[in-house]
Amino acid sequence: MSMTTRDFWQTEPHHHEEGASTNIGFWVYLMSDCLMFAVLFATFGVLHGNYAAGPGPKDLFDLKLVAVNTAMLLLSSITYGFAMLAMMQDNRAGTLRWLGITLVFGLCFLGIELYEFRHMIHEGAGPQRSAFLSAFFTLVGTHGLHVTFGSVWLVTLMVQVSKHGLIAANRRRLMCLSLFWHFLDVIWIGVFTLVYLLGMI
Amino acid sequence: MSAHTHYDNNHDHGSYRGYITGFLLSVVLTAIPFGLVMAGGFESHLLTVGMVVGCAIVQVLVHMVYFLHMNSRAEEGWTLLSTLFTVIIVVIMIAGSLWVMYHLNTNMMPQMNHDLLPEQLR
Repeated sequence: MSMTTRDFWQTEPHHHEEGASTNIGFWVYLMSDCLMFAVLFATFGVLHGNYAAGPGPKDLFDLKLVAVNTAMLLLSSITYGFAMLAMMQDNRAGTLRWLGITLVFGLCFLGIELYEFRHMIHEGAGPQRSAFLSAFFTLVGTHGLHVTFGSVWLVTLMVQVSKHGLIAANRRRLMCLSLFWHFLDVIWIGVFTLVYLLGMI
Repeated sequence: MSAHTHYDNNHDHGSYRGYITGFLLSVVLTAIPFGLVMAGGFESHLLTVGMVVGCAIVQVLVHMVYFLHMNSRAEEGWTLLSTLFTVIIVVIMIAGSLWVMYHLNTNMMPQMNHDLLPEQLR
């Protein structure tokens, strides 16, 4: 670029550090995911009273089970937080240990949820029984699917960290999964409040 | 310090104290609505619903601050801005759907034979 020509705009691309915009990009993804959940919440809100003469929340839900499930997800959130703190201290073994504990809590959550679903379907309260149950299985099932993929991602990162250590790329990935995992806990607050607690009042 | 790149230090990963605070607040804010509903709730139905929903809203804020480390400075405010935009869309979507479908239900009903409907649907 010679100094004799006048530049009215930049001809050279900016230099962006690798991964510098990952955080905001992932946040925007989470917000779009949030909009998808909003549609499912709205659907459930509209259909929550349409039992088609079938079973309602009071016939189906066991609040003690839901409370245990909520505790599992909340505990997995704090243990993931501890994994991030260990990561900041360059403690590879600690990070892996806390990630492992997080995975166990996540799998407990999924196990309890699958048990609940199986029990309901066994009693004839499957998704095809009524509009209320279709909306219920879609909303709660979508959240469960997110936790499933989060768990797969968690295992992947545990392998990555144990193979390559806490390199910059792995730190970035752990940061993204941290946002994803805590975000799922926020969505669960909406689920247990609107679906279970309000249904049981 | 090669593992610490510039963007890595820019983000707030929280502290031990912050996570514990958030966790304890979440436990309390979960226990209150569960205990309330399990015990049968207040006499006023509306008060119970208000209490349960109120706890949920506060708990979402607690998670946002202590677990997701949201603040007005992260990414020069774009995180907060995109979140506020999402909240507005979510409120419009949920409130709008409930409003429209409620009126659709009540206004479509007279065409049906009321005498054949079960008691609670009249």
